[in-house]
Amino acid sequence: MAKRTMVEAINLALQQEMTNDPSVLILGEDIGKDGGVFRVTQGLIEQFGEKRVVDTPVSESAIVGLAIGLAVYGLRPIAEIQFEGFSFAALEQLSCHASRVRTRTRGRYQCPLVVRIPYGGGIRAPEHHSDSNEAHFVHIPGLKVVVPSTPYEAKGLLLSAIRDPDPVIFMEPKRIYRALREEVPDEEYAIPLDRARIVVEGTDVTLIAWGAMLHITLQAAKSMADKGISAEVIDIRTLSPLDHNTLIESVKKTKRAVVVHEAPRTCGLGAEIVARINEMALVYLEAPVERVTGFDTIMPLPKLEKLYLPDVGRVVHAIDRVMHF
Amino acid sequence: MPRKAIKDFSVERLQILDEHGVCDEELRPPLSDAQIRSLYEWMILARVFDEKAYKLQREGRLGTYASILGQEAAQIASALALEPSDWMFPSFREPGASMVRGLPLRMILQYWSGDERGSIIPRGQNDFPISIPVATQIPIGAGVAWGAKYKGDNIAVVVFLGDGATSKGDFHEGLNAAGVFSLPVVFFCQNNQWAISVPRHRQTAAETLAQKAIAYGFPGIQVDGNDVFAVYSATDEALKRARAGKGPTLIEAVTYRIGDHTTADDATRYRSTEEVAEWKNKDPIDRLIKYMATKKLWDEAYGQKVTAQARERVEAAVNEQENTPAADAKDIFLHTFQELPAELARQMEAFLNEIGQRDGNGAHNG
Repeated sequence: MAKRTMVEAINLALQQEMTNDPSVLILGEDIGKDGGVFRVTQGLIEQFGEKRVVDTPVSESAIVGLAIGLAVYGLRPIAEIQFEGFSFAALEQLSCHASRVRTRTRGRYQCPLVVRIPYGGGIRAPEHHSDSNEAHFVHIPGLKVVVPSTPYEAKGLLLSAIRDPDPVIFMEPKRIYRALREEVPDEEYAIPLDRARIVVEGTDVTLIAWGAMLHITLQAAKSMADKGISAEVIDIRTLSPLDHNTLIESVKKTKRAVVVHEAPRTCGLGAEIVARINEMALVYLEAPVERVTGFDTIMPLPKLEKLYLPDVGRVVHAIDRVMHF
Repeated sequence: MPRKAIKDFSVERLQILDEHGVCDEELRPPLSDAQIRSLYEWMILARVFDEKAYKLQREGRLGTYASILGQEAAQIASALALEPSDWMFPSFREPGASMVRGLPLRMILQYWSGDERGSIIPRGQNDFPISIPVATQIPIGAGVAWGAKYKGDNIAVVVFLGDGATSKGDFHEGLNAAGVFSLPVVFFCQNNQWAISVPRHRQTAAETLAQKAIAYGFPGIQVDGNDVFAVYSATDEALKRARAGKGPTLIEAVTYRIGDHTTADDATRYRSTEEVAEWKNKDPIDRLIKYMATKKLWDEAYGQKVTAQARERVEAAVNEQENTPAADAKDIFLHTFQELPAELARQMEAFLNEIGQRDGNGAHNG
């Protein structure tokens, strides 16, 4: 077993699944010789050749449209959209076709594709390179939306995403692409796409996050522990379909909850999580569920992005508010 | 240094059977008498079907429907050039092509009646369901062509589109990628002159749509879209090119939408009756009849028999469709994913319980 970054873990998952399954191919901008702008696909073109690692024109809609065709034809395409800000050009293909292939044909055709999208802020990137647009995809029925939070998680979740019979949007929090290393087994392992993960067990408050925000949240939990407050931290992992059972059971136990995400607040996934807690655990609550989120503003450029992104202090304040309601 | 021309392009137009039924026998594709009769019979079936669908909508027995009146040659002859192993991506104005490919008339009506099960393409028929969003089927069709090339399957894909689609981003992205990857695909544009109310010259300043292919690095050809022989010949040639690994082709079939955009449209608001009358004189079926009559392949009795058989077939399909029970309420949920996620199961159960209590007789929504 070796310590790996998320970039290395994703690369390993791609490499292993391409070795296992000749129907897997990857396509996107600069993913071949360049190895992707984040080097996620580094070395794959040398190993698998230009037939299976395909540099495309700068055409996000065609990248996803072509991938849909490949998937319908029985292949397992993995498309990369270079940055989340460029995914909007592909939304029509995802919303009008990828997500509907199965329903429209009642399963006569299916669309087992993965669209990998580096997303989120915190790396001082240019405009349109730092948004958190996961809720756009969550709001499209027929798509699964997965966000890994660690290298280990990334490898196991991506393996499941590639093998899934339905379209999966795999959003990679680029802020933690290289920020941490952890043990990632060489062997294959799959993490199911229908289960949230309890990262830290606790009794006083449930903290819910995904992607890069999980690490902010874990730090907040740690500082609360010093004050004698026991936080349970849950990594959502698969944003859609959402495993609310794990959340609800936790909230019933702790009676308090805080949801943390980078995305704008209104209609962010936090809103849905709060709604489900209200539907299924309202009577257990000792305080309204708090949200620590980005704002309903345009994502600022790097000079102000630190202010925009939830940080440990904001999460700690929210925990204080639910503890002392 | 003086400027010099570094590239010189031209665009070809193909017409074999003119509006008077005069045929250039040297260019005519080598179709047997039986095949020519088959072209005719499919076109009659498509026209009879179209007329019936329009009437059904007016009687409140069908939802919105997009007529193909006047465009029969373009879609019948192109579809007949396909092999069963080829794939077809229709837009939303190709019921004629779909029936040639084997989609039961009942299912075409089922779809337009508002029942998605009309899109369950029968096994063995390699077609995608119709695409309502304009041009979005283009990259997907190119993707299937890529899949075939990847697997080494010797097939081609035909993607239908309209003149309006050539203004969309997916037209550019799809054709561009197909050219770059030299994919076995034929882009068949039915230029019917009108995208709802906007005429062809407002879609592009280019003189022809065919010439757009030049910029993507593959051939484009304009054909008389009301000429079955020109359509068949150009499509056959393009498909063979594709199957031989020589890459894509764009075909612009110049035709005319005699009817309204759909049953929800009124074309008299934006175009003259003179223009429509002029195109009626170029009718694709009339000119084929004239040609077949001179070849002793058509007479009144045969014409009447074909029409009567088409009516019978359409009536039977209408009857069958109208007696198809509506789907169960569960049908809304069950095919969203291969396996029903827990939350969807929860929504479905709650909904079924609610309507079960309300109706007192279970979940049927018929």
